[in-house]
Amino acid sequence: MESLDEIKARAESAVPGAKIDIVPNPGPSKQSSLLLDNEHASAIARFLCDDPALRLDFCSNATGVDWLGRTVKKTVKVKKVVDGIEKEVDETTEEFFPGYLEAIYHLYSITHKHGPVIIRMRTADRAAGAPLPSLTPIWRSAEFQEREIFDLYGVRFDGHPDLRRILMWDEFEDYPMRKDYREPDDYEFEPTPHDDVLEKAKQHYRPRPQLDGAENITPRNEAETLKG
Amino acid sequence: MTEQIDEGLRSELQRQGIWVTSMQELYNWGRQNSIWPLQFGLACCAIEMIATAASRYDIARFGGEVFRPSPRQADLMIVAGTVTKKMAPQIVRLYNQMPDPKYVISMGACAISGGPFKQGYNVLKGIDRYIPVDVYIPGCPPRPEALLHAFMELQRKIDSQKLTGTDKAEHLDPTQLSEFPVPAFGAHDLEPPANPDVFHPLKMERQG
Repeated sequence: MESLDEIKARAESAVPGAKIDIVPNPGPSKQSSLLLDNEHASAIARFLCDDPALRLDFCSNATGVDWLGRTVKKTVKVKKVVDGIEKEVDETTEEFFPGYLEAIYHLYSITHKHGPVIIRMRTADRAAGAPLPSLTPIWRSAEFQEREIFDLYGVRFDGHPDLRRILMWDEFEDYPMRKDYREPDDYEFEPTPHDDVLEKAKQHYRPRPQLDGAENITPRNEAETLKG
Repeated sequence: MTEQIDEGLRSELQRQGIWVTSMQELYNWGRQNSIWPLQFGLACCAIEMIATAASRYDIARFGGEVFRPSPRQADLMIVAGTVTKKMAPQIVRLYNQMPDPKYVISMGACAISGGPFKQGYNVLKGIDRYIPVDVYIPGCPPRPEALLHAFMELQRKIDSQKLTGTDKAEHLDPTQLSEFPVPAFGAHDLEPPANPDVFHPLKMERQG
C-alpha cells in the first residue's frame, strides 16, 4: 500500500480544494492518520473508497474521541534589560487550545487486502450537536457507529439517513462518553466503597461531630472513686 | 392443621395406607413442584440459566422446566444478567403482568447490585430497586448448581407460606401490592432512581 504522504498527495489532487493533514502517531504501532477537512471530507472519502489503487471499501470501525480544551504553558528564555544589566529571564506564555470532538474511521480494502488507513474529522467546538459530515453514504457499515458517536458524544452527522440515539433512550439529554460528563449521584448506598466511589459515597455520610473538649473531663462520681 | 397431628401417629397411619395432610400442605406441595419460570435472559447469566434447563443439570427434576414465553403464565421471574437502565422499565412491566403468586430470583452480581458495571452510567444498580426479590444468587455468573440451590430455597420459602392467619402469604393479602410503578425515562436518569416502597437498603451510618 502507498504511504500516507502519497495517499494525501493523490487525494488532494483528486479533490480540488481539499486539505489533508497527517496526524502522526509516535507510538509503537506508528498508525498515523489523515485529518480531513470537514468541507471536503465526503469527497475525499469517496476517492479513498473508489480509487482503483486504494479501494478502501470496508470501514471496520468508527469511534469518537472527546478532547477537552487545554492550556499549554511555555517557558522561553528571553534576554531582557533589567536595572541596566542584560539578563536572561524566563518568560511563561500561556496558549489555550479549544476543545473539539473527533470521529475516527478505520478503513481496509477487501479487494487488495490492505489497511488500515485511519481518517479523522474534527468538529469546530464541543457544543451539543456539533456538525460533521456523515460517511454512511460511502460506507454503510458506519451507520450504527455514527449513531453511537451521536448518542455518546453528541456529534451531529449531516447526511446520516437515520440519526437517532442508539444505546440510551430518546429522552436522555447527556452525552455519557464526554470527559466532563457527571453521572447521577446515586452513591448513598455503597456496601464496599473504594477509590473514586469512596469519595462519592463520602458526600452522603454524616459529618463527624465537632469535639468540644467535654470528653476529656472525668465525670464527678468517677473522680471521687479515684480519690478513694 | 398438621401441627395438631402427632408426627408419630401420622407416620403410623401412613404405614397403614392412610395419608393425612392439610390443605396448606397440599397446596404448597403442588405449587412448589411446578414453578414455571418466565423465559427471558439478559446477559451471560442467561447462558447458565439455559444450561440449568438443559439435560445435564435438568431443572425439570425440581418441576421448573416449563419456561413460559408469556408473563401471564409464569410464576417465577429469573432476572438473569445485567439490567440496563433502558431495560429496567420493561422488566418491571413484565413483573406487573405476571399473575399472583409470583416470585423473583435475582441471578448474579449484576442483577443484585449492578456487579462489575455498577459505576456505569447505563446500568441499574440492582433490580431490587423496583421489584421485590425473593432469592439472591451471588456469582459472576453463578453456576447452574447455584441456580438450582436458589430454586430449592424458593421451594422452601413456598413450602413455609401460610394460607391463613396474620402471617399468611403476601399474595393472599389483598392489602399487599403486587404491581409496582414502572420507572420513566428521564433526562439524566430513570425517574425515580429507586422505588422507596420496595428498595430498603441496609441503613449505613458512616461518618465522613
